[in-house]
Amino acid sequence: MNIPRNEILALGAGLAGAAVLALLPLVTEGFWLSIGVNIMLYAVMCTAWALFSGPTHLVSLASAAFFGVGTYAVAIFIDVLPFPVLILIAIAAGTVLALLVGLATLRLSGVYFVIFTLGLAELIGQIVTWVQTNFGGAIGLYVFTDFTETHLYWMLLALTVVVFITGWLVNRSRLGLALRIIGNDEAVARHVGVNTARARIILFAISGSFIAVAGAIMAPRYSYITPDAAFNPMTSFMVVIMPMLGGTRRLWGPLVGVVPFTLIMDFISSNFPNQTAVIVGIAFLAIVYVLPDGVTGWLETMFHRRRSTENGPLAKTAEEVK
Amino acid sequence: MSVPLLSIERARKTFGGLVAVNDVSFEVGQGELLGLIGPNGSGKTTMLNLISGALSPTSGSIRLSGQPIGGLPVHKIARIGVARTFQLVRVLPSMSAVENVVAGAVFGRNRLWGSEARSLAYELLERVGLKGREEQPVTAMTYIDQKRIELARALAGNPHVLLLDEWLAGLNPSELRIGIDLIREISTQGRTIIMVEHVMDAIRSLCGRCVVMSSGVKIADGPSADVLADPEVVRAYLGDDDA
Repeated sequence: MNIPRNEILALGAGLAGAAVLALLPLVTEGFWLSIGVNIMLYAVMCTAWALFSGPTHLVSLASAAFFGVGTYAVAIFIDVLPFPVLILIAIAAGTVLALLVGLATLRLSGVYFVIFTLGLAELIGQIVTWVQTNFGGAIGLYVFTDFTETHLYWMLLALTVVVFITGWLVNRSRLGLALRIIGNDEAVARHVGVNTARARIILFAISGSFIAVAGAIMAPRYSYITPDAAFNPMTSFMVVIMPMLGGTRRLWGPLVGVVPFTLIMDFISSNFPNQTAVIVGIAFLAIVYVLPDGVTGWLETMFHRRRSTENGPLAKTAEEVK
Repeated sequence: MSVPLLSIERARKTFGGLVAVNDVSFEVGQGELLGLIGPNGSGKTTMLNLISGALSPTSGSIRLSGQPIGGLPVHKIARIGVARTFQLVRVLPSMSAVENVVAGAVFGRNRLWGSEARSLAYELLERVGLKGREEQPVTAMTYIDQKRIELARALAGNPHVLLLDEWLAGLNPSELRIGIDLIREISTQGRTIIMVEHVMDAIRSLCGRCVVMSSGVKIADGPSADVLADPEVVRAYLGDDDA
């Protein structure tokens, strides 16, 4: 296979950047490291979310469900199985959940898909609560490990690299092209021979299992896992809003939203703990109104506009036709 | 013709109490250019949808080279070798001209990939008259050019049967001439085509044979000149008084 030069450069730059970021725990501990963990967590989840929701335009609010399933995979088996096995269980659980959701929502699009996924996270959280209170004896589960913030940071950084490589491979594959066609016009996709159901489900499973793994890695940080924390709907909203700020047209678009948003959210939640939800809501509105294609989409539009005025009358007519 | 490429036997489609296609049977030979005509609401597009799989027949059978395709999912029928254009043009708006055609090449019967798919797309864009405009966004294109894109996309899958749903509708007289020439050229290269059309001049000059539908029923089938002179066909189009 022949890979374009600029993609090789981007790949190299990405890996070099990840190597530099891996040194962070050696330089700092405490506050900045925990911010680093948060940024990596959302980098994984948002990029994984955008893998599916970017091309298909199907806004999934199921991230909390995947995250929670991953967290519980660790919480339930931590005392009996080694951690790497728990990661595999989280992948399996995330995939199974994605397959179930995928099959149930094949015919759904637009707002119906959004509502279904939102309800799903809530439903699973309630089921877990019910099972625990009736059969477990307590609401929560303890997760005690030897992991420090540094370990979590490194695991999440590695996961981020894997998500990016996966996304890059998907974009280069038939599956990626299929998803782009589906996002443009699902009827056309079917008529050119795309198995739209299969493509949607496979990518939803890839996306969901990454979020489940992120949940699994985060479990040791909570040490006491409750359904409220693991299936917190706020997770789902954050995972939508950050890629919207960054833009989902490019693989690295969500990242552009994750870094500033995580920093600002940390500032807000430590200074205005009671107004956090209100401020997130306002931010949501502002992003949708001001930057509907995100920062990267806005930059691209600006770039094309400059280029088209430079190209003269021909490009202008193309603009007018629009 | 010995074995028909496409054979439709007593195909029927009902929507509740409405019978849109009422036990219609006809055959299409390899390389044939068949006109499917009839007044508005006679079930032509529904018939095309049954062939392409967008709708599954209530009863009856549809076979492509003997293989039953009636009721299969759309994408499977597309891979077996049926491609179509839409009554209201449907391009992929966020993609360039060549990417639109690549979509057909990658997932159709051909299943090409990478540079093979691209070079086929370039070749087809040249054939439909869009040479030099391969990288343009399709949203910046005129109606006829978008129709050309759709045609190239359908051809890119190298289908056994090409379905054109009023592909010539909405074109001005000079575009119409270009369009007719294009379809004729594709047909002479051996592609089997079924075209639903209201433009009678096009039917007369292109199609050797016509199937006429009215109220879901096939009312005539034969050489275009004979069929268009058939009193029953004239009555279906114009009403009793003019027959």
